[in-house]
Amino acid sequence: MAATLPVTSYKPDDHVTPHSKPPERRRVAPWADRLFSILAHGAAWLTLLLLVGIIGSLIVGAAPAIQHFGLGFLWSTDWDPVQEKFGGLVMIYGTLMTSLIALVIAVPVSFGIALFLTEMSPRWLKRPLGTAIELLAAVPSIVYGMWGLLVFSPILSTWVQQPLQKLFKGVPVLETFVSGAPVGIGLLSAGIILAIMIIPFIASVMRDVFEVTPPMLKESAYGLGATTWEVVSRVVLPYTKSGVVGGVMLGLGRALGETMAVTFVIGNFNQLESLSLFEAANSITSALANEFAEAGEGLHQASLIYLGLVLFFITFVVLSLSKLLLAQLRKGEGTKS
Amino acid sequence: MTSILLRTALVSAALIPAAAFAQDVTGAGATFPAPIYAKWADAYNKATGARINYQSVGSGAGIKQIKSKTVDFGASDMPLKDEDLARDGMVQFPTVIGGVVPVVNIKGIAPGQIKLTGQVLGDIYLGKISKWNDAALTALNPGVPLPDAEISVVRRADGSGTTFIFTNYLSKVNAEWKAKAGEGTAVNWPTGAGGKGNEGVAAFVQRLPNSIGYVEYAYVKQNKMTYTLMKNKDGNFVAPNDTAFKAAAAGADWNKTFYQITTEQPGKEAWPLTNPTYILMYKSQDKPVNASNALKFFEWAFNNGDKMADDLDYVPLPDSVKALVRKQWTDSIKDGAGKAIAFK
Repeated sequence: MAATLPVTSYKPDDHVTPHSKPPERRRVAPWADRLFSILAHGAAWLTLLLLVGIIGSLIVGAAPAIQHFGLGFLWSTDWDPVQEKFGGLVMIYGTLMTSLIALVIAVPVSFGIALFLTEMSPRWLKRPLGTAIELLAAVPSIVYGMWGLLVFSPILSTWVQQPLQKLFKGVPVLETFVSGAPVGIGLLSAGIILAIMIIPFIASVMRDVFEVTPPMLKESAYGLGATTWEVVSRVVLPYTKSGVVGGVMLGLGRALGETMAVTFVIGNFNQLESLSLFEAANSITSALANEFAEAGEGLHQASLIYLGLVLFFITFVVLSLSKLLLAQLRKGEGTKS
Repeated sequence: MTSILLRTALVSAALIPAAAFAQDVTGAGATFPAPIYAKWADAYNKATGARINYQSVGSGAGIKQIKSKTVDFGASDMPLKDEDLARDGMVQFPTVIGGVVPVVNIKGIAPGQIKLTGQVLGDIYLGKISKWNDAALTALNPGVPLPDAEISVVRRADGSGTTFIFTNYLSKVNAEWKAKAGEGTAVNWPTGAGGKGNEGVAAFVQRLPNSIGYVEYAYVKQNKMTYTLMKNKDGNFVAPNDTAFKAAAAGADWNKTFYQITTEQPGKEAWPLTNPTYILMYKSQDKPVNASNALKFFEWAFNNGDKMADDLDYVPLPDSVKALVRKQWTDSIKDGAGKAIAFK
């Protein structure tokens, strides 16, 4: 760019002539270029190497449990460190369920936030509101955990769980969904805390991609008499769908891996007695955080590492699914959407 | 994302060599005695200039680290069996005594107002007794206004020495508990919500009405929680305090082995949920200077640290037990040439 500009940058008080021997500088470049290229390649390969190393050490660490329990580990609900019987279903279920609850809440809310910020918000509110939402992402997860345990779960128990239990008393299926001790900890509170934690991620990605929609497209649609909703659903969303999916996946990845906040409010209960949303449960990360330090060598430790491997696998599947989804969406591009 | 990962990796790679100082004594293990070890280490550093670096990583991790000889001593809340110690060529000795205390949160109930037996406590944690006005509870506590409410059971979610003491006690006094859950730093809990750490359980119990939990004594004292009285082996109902913990430690027979789990000990005043915390060291020392420094530290703590232990609500060892520990140091911990390691 600079090279094509005419010499307008000449300042009268600048006595050194500009452009003094630029070609010589270029002659020393080759080894620096090489070095830079090696560093860049090295960085890329290091990441890959780390990934392979982590998978490798997880498999080695989990080997005793894999040999002992096989794939049955995945659907066994036993978790008995004294008898050395381990199965991961409770934690796997807890991880998937809390993440699902979090997504169900966070995606619509984030969509609303992004929509408001890009299409409807008055100009003066845009910046403070956007910053406030991004600040939510900077709150340490342990703070969410403590807040969830001390402030949120009593509210959930008094204002949601107990009224629901009264309301659904005697209703066959719904009753089991809200059963459990009225303490406000369990799958639902963990899911809601997770939702609050991932909203800033999803919302800011959505806002950013909504903003890159060419104004010309939007304004044409408005010009044709489309309502805000029609513009968003027919123009903005189709244009930004891959970015939106990416944002949702970012949030899901965070929800699957979140540890500290979940461990405070999920109850850490390793039994699957009912499908109630208010029942104390456990998640993979929470079990790892709680038990790893004191786990004896042997099967207990190996089983925990096995759980870690399962989580790795879940995240991998989620990522692959999102890539597949994106590829599918891209295929549909250019046709009717 | 990738760049953050890479940066973290590079930074941590650069930091690792700087972390270890040759002349320092390092130990790792149990979190329960970490505050007193830190306090002792600080005072010892001021008195002698020597540095003790204790990492509170948990008993299990501490045992792993001493086994791989990355530290000079390991620390565990759960004593290792004598045959395991012999196999690994290690010795263990107690340092301070801790007590575990059941706490409740019932409106209108004062500390020490509720009496429990091991059998009843076990049944509560099994989920067999689920209401505070259960016949078993009202029979123990005539005249106490126990509410007609569900008991919210709270226990530790993480593996811990506290849980070991608690479940070891329940296994001794409640046969069904022994069969169903057993003892260990983590067990298959039949019921209840898990809090992380003593502070997590304390927070849960204080927040949930009609709850019961168990925490280290220090947490009861500092948070002014509602403790219960427990029936001990001699049939007396005792309150948790220093005298009751000391009485339990004195009741054990330390002469043969330090493998003592001092729960449910005989003694009129003995608190049944008491247990010392342990240090693990190798018998044959590759680094006799470090071993000597470590033993000097504990010797100093035995002589000067009782007051500090009291202040932090730990119970110091009785003098008779300290003498036995010193004897073991002289008899068992040797350098490469078979000479006893100096600790004075």
